[in-house]
Formats: sequence, structure tokens, C-alpha cells
Amino acid sequence: MKHTIAVIVENKPGVLTRISGLFSRRGFNIESLSVGATDNPAYSRMTISVEGDDVVLEQVVKQLSKLINVIRVSRLDPEESVERELAIIKVSANKDTRSEIMQIVSVFRARIIDVSPRSLIIEVTGDEKKVDALQQMLRQFGIKEMARTGKVSMVRGSKVVQAGP
Amino acid sequence: MMVRMTGAEAIIECLRREGVEVIFGLPGGVLLPLYDALYSSELRHILVRHEQAAAHAADGYARATGRVGVCLATSGPGATNLVTGIATAYMDSVPIVAMTGQVNTGLIGKDAFQEADITGITMPITKHNYLIKSSRDIPRVFREAFYIARTGRPGPVLIDLPRDITVDELEFDYPEINLPGYNPSTKVHQLQIRRAAEVLMAAERPVIYAGGGVRYADAHEELFQLATRLNAPVTTTLMGMGCFPTDHPLSLGMLGMHGTKYANLAVQEADVLLAVGARFDDRVTGKIASFAPKARIIHIDVDAAEIGKNVRVDIPIVGDAKIALTELLKHVQQRPWTEWNEKILMWKKEYPLRYTRDENVIKPQFVIEKICELCPDAIIVTEVGQNQMWAAQFFKHKHPRKFITSGGLGTMGYGFPAAIGAKVGRPECEVIDIAGDGSFQMNIQELATAVVNDIPVKIAILNNGVLGMVRQWQTLFFGRRYSHTTLGDVPDFVKVAEAYGALGLRATKPSEVEDVLKEGLASDRPTVMDFIVHRDEKVSPMVPAGASLSEILELDS
Ligand SMILES: Cc1ncc(C[n+]2csc(CCOP(=O)(O)OP(=O)(O)O)c2C)c(N)n1
Ligand SMILES: [Mg+2]
Repeated sequence: MKHTIAVIVENKPGVLTRISGLFSRRGFNIESLSVGATDNPAYSRMTISVEGDDVVLEQVVKQLSKLINVIRVSRLDPEESVERELAIIKVSANKDTRSEIMQIVSVFRARIIDVSPRSLIIEVTGDEKKVDALQQMLRQFGIKEMARTGKVSMVRGSKVVQAGP
Repeated sequence: MMVRMTGAEAIIECLRREGVEVIFGLPGGVLLPLYDALYSSELRHILVRHEQAAAHAADGYARATGRVGVCLATSGPGATNLVTGIATAYMDSVPIVAMTGQVNTGLIGKDAFQEADITGITMPITKHNYLIKSSRDIPRVFREAFYIARTGRPGPVLIDLPRDITVDELEFDYPEINLPGYNPSTKVHQLQIRRAAEVLMAAERPVIYAGGGVRYADAHEELFQLATRLNAPVTTTLMGMGCFPTDHPLSLGMLGMHGTKYANLAVQEADVLLAVGARFDDRVTGKIASFAPKARIIHIDVDAAEIGKNVRVDIPIVGDAKIALTELLKHVQQRPWTEWNEKILMWKKEYPLRYTRDENVIKPQFVIEKICELCPDAIIVTEVGQNQMWAAQFFKHKHPRKFITSGGLGTMGYGFPAAIGAKVGRPECEVIDIAGDGSFQMNIQELATAVVNDIPVKIAILNNGVLGMVRQWQTLFFGRRYSHTTLGDVPDFVKVAEAYGALGLRATKPSEVEDVLKEGLASDRPTVMDFIVHRDEKVSPMVPAGASLSEILELDS
């Protein structure tokens, strides 16, 4: 099973290594990991997607919590959270395929952010499934390059995952 | 008023404030400024002959005293030589602070001379580690390091010290601890305590399984009260040896692979198992799926991540063992001596730890029994292998902190330097390293440290001429194919001892054992006692790796 956890960490050198090291050492599988700033410059937020049963998830949460630089670990219930991922995809395009691609892009509410005679760069945001689906659709034209951010996630409503108590 | 000083001076000041009385170390190029500051300080420094021994000595010191042990090594090879010692301390949750020299901050990452990424290397074997990049951070980092090492589940912390930060000046200020990501749990969950008490009061066949956590939390008295109030038999892990007196009627001795048969039977029969400060290691549980199959399990541990890691737990209690047991005691009343207790007494009679005595050949178990008889209050340190198991089985352990052994990592070569550390910390105690001939040779060079610094530890070698424990497995499971486990009868340990200026004694017959021990124990010098034992003596009983605890074998020698 796939789980998503949000981790607030101190913004210090080596923190990412500590976390990725812990995952590999304990045999946990990371599906995706994204890191970015929070509103407080002292902290960063990671969204980690892990594969495993509930026992594995519990160990992941407890082991992460033990790291001195980890401030908070929260499991995000997929039912109660919103999640987004951004991808940019470079596809082959020529005058015969360009308009078909543009139609697909508009169906997905994606955007074209670069055009050249033989390729297009498409930007899409959405949950993982949507990004997967667009990727799938674009494959027939030839994906030359793709960069996905990995997902970020947040609980709906007023509940928050933050550094303080 | 803040005082201006160099980084090196600040480090000494931090150590002084943390109450450090001794450092085990060995200098090198990048440490020159720090060693220079040490030269004019009050701090005691013990020069070892190999940095691995510095880490083990700091560890032995910490286990014997309950204080944080400190070691120091130079950059590159000095730092990497500490690694085994740090990993040993990590596996057994021992509070040490390891300081390492590092190349100048400007050279880090450039493969400079004697550069090693020691924070990277030790990340998985430290509770936390630091690379100090500015001398200003020295006071904060040292204060945090000692705090992290000794609180919660203790463990090693490493501080990497680039040369330039020890030379640069700073205004010394010792800041309060501010670690938002570190809150070692102390309070326990009252509801869980009450549930645990109810389950224990209703138990018909309770067993308490106590580990090293009891010792670190100084909870042996509470453990004793709880056990006697419940009339619950107590088995301890290797790390928990001494937390419950082995000569008490409720004592089951050690459990697991080389535990007593009655401890293993009791655990398999128990209807309630109370685990305190123990982590269900595979050497303890045997085949995990059939471990304590009838028991509801209550698990008290200061490290939440240990609960539910290896076995399913019915009642988890996160918290310090002393606090948890004190709370539990408020909710349990005296319970009678029952049929269960009688059954255990019967098992103890039926399956005692035993060995075949011999008139002509020294039995290693006999040596241990004699040591126990002559010196029952000694601090016993062990190496790893058969010697370690016999020391656990045949010495009557009754003091926490007086049995010191590398349990989790099983590090050969640990015992002797750890004994040096223990003796430095507890000079009033007799400290005896029960050694194997193989293990002792892994840090034998420390005889120099013991002699030069006048640290009169005693080493009792159970000299079987083989890597005995491995040979035992070869005998039992590999058709007596003794692939590379014979050491031969070199070196002459008595001559080696003498070459270093220590006292060397030897016994080759059972009749000589007592005299050698008496002379060795009476000596005020580091002393090596070489007991020549038979290479085929086995550690018994034994649960083969991967078998269930019920499948325990009694082996003949
Ligand atoms: C550093 C290290 N290397 C290898 C081992 C594997 N090992 C475990 S016990 C043992 C034999 C130890 O021999 P010795 O010290 O003579 O003790 P004995 O079993 O003979 O009492 C070995 C090689 C180990 N535990 N530690
Ligand atoms: Mg041997």
C-alpha cells in the first residue's frame, strides 16, 4: 500500500541524507520525495510517499521522529488531503501532430510553455493519477524528456501540520 | 561577561562544564591545537595505542559509571579507527561523545590529506552527529551532544572538529538547550499503566523479561519490588544481566540462544510477558513467529520505535523504565506464590546450567565459578564468543553496571579496552576481563596503555587455541569442517604480558586455577592470567539459529 507522510525538518545541512539514509538502511521504499521551504526559514517540509503495510508505516513514522533534526511527522490520510504534483514534459511535435497535442493539453488543463519546430514543452499540475494519464496520452507522440516534482500534499480544512505544538 | 578564547580552549571549557574527568584518545596533525590546549588543562587524558580502544574505553567507562564517556581521534584514519567502537556503543545504547579532528573547513570535500567524511560514515551508527563549521557553534554543539548522548535512549554522538575552528576565537557563552525536534519521553501513559497492572494481576503464568534499559534507567530496585510483589519470575537479556540477582528464587537467568532451559521454557509457557527495556533481539526470541506464543505482551521502552518493531505488543508503554515501574507498583498488590512458581522451581532443578567436571583439564566454566567465588563483587567485562556466554552463565551476577559486554554488535576486542575504561571510572572495584584468546589479540596492544597509566585490570584468558564459538557451530552444523578457526598456541600470553611490563600467569591444570587467580587478583599491576582450556568445550544449552526457544538443545562437551 502507498502512504503519504509530511515531515517538517530543520533546515540544516545533511538532513536530507539522514532521511534518505534511514530509508535505505531500514529497507523502507521511497516512491517519491519532495522538499521545499516552509513559511518559516528555519524549517523545510518534505512530502514522502512510501510503499508498505501499516506496520512498515508505523516504523517509518517512529524512526523518522527519532531523528534530532526532524520536528514533526504526520501521516496524511488520502481521503482527507489534497495532493498535487507538477510535471514538465518535452514531446516531439511537428505540424501534423501539434494541434492534436494541443487538444489533449487543453482537455487536461495543462499548458504549453515552450514551442519549437520539432517539440513542445507541456506543464501540468494535478494529482499523480492525472499526471500519469497525461504522460500516457503523450507517449504516442514521443516523450523526449520529462521532469516530475513528486507530490506535495496537505490536509483539507483547518487542521495543520506545522512545527509548533 | 563573555570571555574570548580559542576554539580549542572552548572545547576544554565545554568538557569541564559537562563534568568530564577523563578522555581516551590519540593525537594527530589536525588535533595539534586541541592537544596543545589539553596540555595546560586539568583534564585527564589517557593515551591509547589504537583509536578503537579509545572508543571502547569510553564505552566501558560509561557503562561502569553511568556517566558519558569521551574519546578523541584525529582526522581520516584516526576517525575511521573509532568506527567499530562507536557502532558497538550504538547497538548497546551507551552514552559516549566521540570527538574527531577534521581538515580545515576550506579543504573539506577536496580529498585533502587525511580527510574522511566521518559524519557521513557514522550517520547510521550514532544517535546524532555534528560537523562544526564555525568556532562560534562549539559551546552549543557540545552542550547538545552531551544532552543527546545521555537522555532518552542513550547513545553515541560524534562531533567532527575541523582544525581551523579549534584555532579561531569566539566569545564563550554556554547556551540553553533548544532542540525542538528532540523530546525524550519521560511521562508514561496512565491508562496503559492501569491496563498493564490489571493484566499482570490477573496473570496465571507471568514472566518478566528485563533488558539493558533497566540498567540505564537505574530501575533494578523497582524491578525487584515488582517481581517480588507479583511473584513473577524474571529473566534477563545479556544486557540486563545483574539487574535481578541470579541467585534469587524468582531468577530465571538469561534467556535466548544460550539462555537457561528454564528461562526459555517459562517464556514459551507464559500467559503474560512483561518486557522492560528490552528489544526482542533475534538472539533472544529465536524464531519470532513462535516466541511466547501464549502470552499477552506488555512492552515498556523509552524508545517508541522499539515497540512493535519485532513482535506484536498488546500493551505498549513508552517511557523511562524507572518511571514506568514506579507507576506500575502503585497499581499492583502482593500476589501469592503459585503452582507456576513451583513448576519453575522444578524446571530449575531439572535443567540446571551444568558442565562435566574434569580432574585433568581446566574447564572454562570452572574458572568463572572460581572467579565468582573469589571476587563476587568484581566488575566483569567480557570479550565475545564462548568466553562471553560462560561469563554470563556461570558468574552470579547481582549488580547492574557490573557486567559489561558487547551484546548488540558482538565486538571481539571490546573487552580489554572496555575494562580499562571501567577501571578508570571505578578504580575502587576489581575489574576482570574474561577473554578469549582470539578476542584478546584484537586489542592486545592496550597492555601498554594499562601498564603506562597504571590501570591494574585483570585479564583471564580462557585459552582454547581456537575461535571457539565459530568452531562450536562448525562442530554442530558444518560436519566438523574446521575452516580457519584454529589459532594455534601462539602467542605465549605470559611472555607478551611480561614484554609489556604486565604480570603474566598461567594455569594448565585445574589444581592451579585457584592459585593463579589468587595471585592475579592480589596483584596491583595489570595482569594476564592464561588458563589453558580444551578446544572442544561447548556452550550449552543452545537454541540453534532460527529455531524456536522450545527447541533448546543440551550439548555435551
Ligand atoms: C570483530 C569480530 N570478528 C569476528 C567475529 C565473529 N566471531 C564471533 S565469536 C568468534 C570467536 C571468538 O574467539 P575467542 O575470542 O578465542 O573466543 P572463544 O569463543 O574461543 O571463547 C568470532 C570469530 C566477531 N564477533 N567480532
Ligand atoms: Mg578462543
